[in-house]
Amino acid sequence: MPEQLSRLDWRKLVVTAVLFALSILFLLPFFWMLVTSFKIENDVFVYPIQWIPKQWNAIANYKEVWFGDYPFYVYYLNSIKVGVITTLISCATASLAAYGFSKVRFKASGYLFVIVLATYMVPNQAILVPQFILYRNIGLFDSLFGLIIIGSFSVLGTFMLRQFFMGIHQEYIESAKIDGAGHFRAFWSIAMPLVKPAVATYAILRFIWTWNDYQNPLIFLRTDKLYTIPLAMQKFTSMSGEFYSLIMAAAVSAIVPLLVVFIIGQRSVIDGIALGGVKG
Amino acid sequence: MEQPAATPLIAEPKRGKRLTIRNNETMAGWLFVSPMLIGVTILVLLPILATLALSFADWNFVQGWNGIHWIGFDNFSKLLDDPAFTRSVRNNLVFLLAVPAYMIVSMVLAILIDRYVYWKGFFKVAYFMPYISSIVAVAIVWQVLFQPSYGPINEMLKAIGIDNPPMWIADPKFALTSIIMITVWVSIGFNLIIYIAGLQSIPRDLYEAADIDGANAWVKFARITFPLLSPTSFFLLVTGIISSFKVFDIIAVMTQGGPIGSTSLMVWYLYDQAFNNLKIGYSSSVAVVLFLFVLLITAGQWIAQKKWVNY
Repeated sequence: MPEQLSRLDWRKLVVTAVLFALSILFLLPFFWMLVTSFKIENDVFVYPIQWIPKQWNAIANYKEVWFGDYPFYVYYLNSIKVGVITTLISCATASLAAYGFSKVRFKASGYLFVIVLATYMVPNQAILVPQFILYRNIGLFDSLFGLIIIGSFSVLGTFMLRQFFMGIHQEYIESAKIDGAGHFRAFWSIAMPLVKPAVATYAILRFIWTWNDYQNPLIFLRTDKLYTIPLAMQKFTSMSGEFYSLIMAAAVSAIVPLLVVFIIGQRSVIDGIALGGVKG
Repeated sequence: MEQPAATPLIAEPKRGKRLTIRNNETMAGWLFVSPMLIGVTILVLLPILATLALSFADWNFVQGWNGIHWIGFDNFSKLLDDPAFTRSVRNNLVFLLAVPAYMIVSMVLAILIDRYVYWKGFFKVAYFMPYISSIVAVAIVWQVLFQPSYGPINEMLKAIGIDNPPMWIADPKFALTSIIMITVWVSIGFNLIIYIAGLQSIPRDLYEAADIDGANAWVKFARITFPLLSPTSFFLLVTGIISSFKVFDIIAVMTQGGPIGSTSLMVWYLYDQAFNNLKIGYSSSVAVVLFLFVLLITAGQWIAQKKWVNY
């Protein structure tokens, strides 16, 4: 034991301690949120802060949030529906396009790719109004389907996956075609298995972004029962005004599924972000 | 498959076949990219053109298509005289300060986490938490924490002897600063991860060589780490600046641009004009200005990259 201790670098220990103290700044708001969601309303702003609730009200709080006037289970189902389907379609369109732009040699490829990529530069808020008018006119406004469609064509995803498809040797594709396979076979049986980890990373990121998306539901949904979690949270907050314990219970409910997804896919999320340098 | 290296002599007799193969390739190519292409054309390209067109119009939703009046550059000249708009632009420029702030903190943290700590994994996840959390939930939590009269932060400040703590997001002088602080808090995780990736691509033997020459920690930072991180820093600076022009959620949830316009950013102003005031033409001209800003930054990036970045 003493040997092990002496091998501990004291400098490293000090830095670890300092960074740990600093990380409290990042974790404490989440902890406060969690603790508050367990309290009775009267104890929320008691100072000094009760880090362990004196009176537990967890079950009643969560019951109110999940099955009360703003039933979160409805918004959960909406968010899951939109999150899962958007992720699936987006992965499909992005990987098809990524393959097309990297492994099929056709004349217009270069121009088309530049055009698609250039649209990424435009801040999405700049085109909200025409999108809104379009949606009103083609009947996609105020529907979950419309919300799914708006998130299903990701230029960023195409760009990210294309990088990985380019890493596959063209010979693999060529030899599959010599064996009589068409491009679609080559895509599905050869290229896709090779880039599976990249697609998984993109899928997790897309799910997180869709789950957290506030702006699109705000613009494209009107009906209460179609709300996804972030929009529902904000409406819930402006409605229930002073009931902070309930608001925090809602916030915890909104964050926990993401935390689960993140912890399961932690490595691929962090590596994926580092690799692609991508930003929601 | 195309075979560009094939000599004409061999290619000649096969001409017919090669043409069909090429046609098949073209066909396959278009098929693969067409779902994305159709989606992007309808949902992005056409709206971009529509925004450009509408920026020359005076129109609101309720009037119907016949209510459009084409007024040339009037919207843009009105923007210049609109104090609420110029204030939003100014706020956007102030907001840029968040970018170097979180970049510096992230770089220092990344260097420390990469070399000098135990439990790397814990720190990566801890600092990353705000980034993956729903920004709406985060904004609401901070709104409560910053509550001026009985929120936990001001209670703590009072407890350590500050009698008149700032009113934070309720005070026009402090609101933008508060939002910037929260943005820094949220953005550190992302920047940290990218910096750690950048650090790991620096060859270790450079540091070993420096050690042999007796260089101290500062010299190693100034001569090796900082210059070799410059592509990463540059990438983060550009994406950071661009994303600062897209900040919307946190404003919409926490302040709605207020109090008295002190946190109105261009994107918020655009949204407010379009969806609260129903001035479609006017808000489209804001969108065009916003787009021009982003275009300028991107163009600037191309020029600057050649000059300042060491590879």
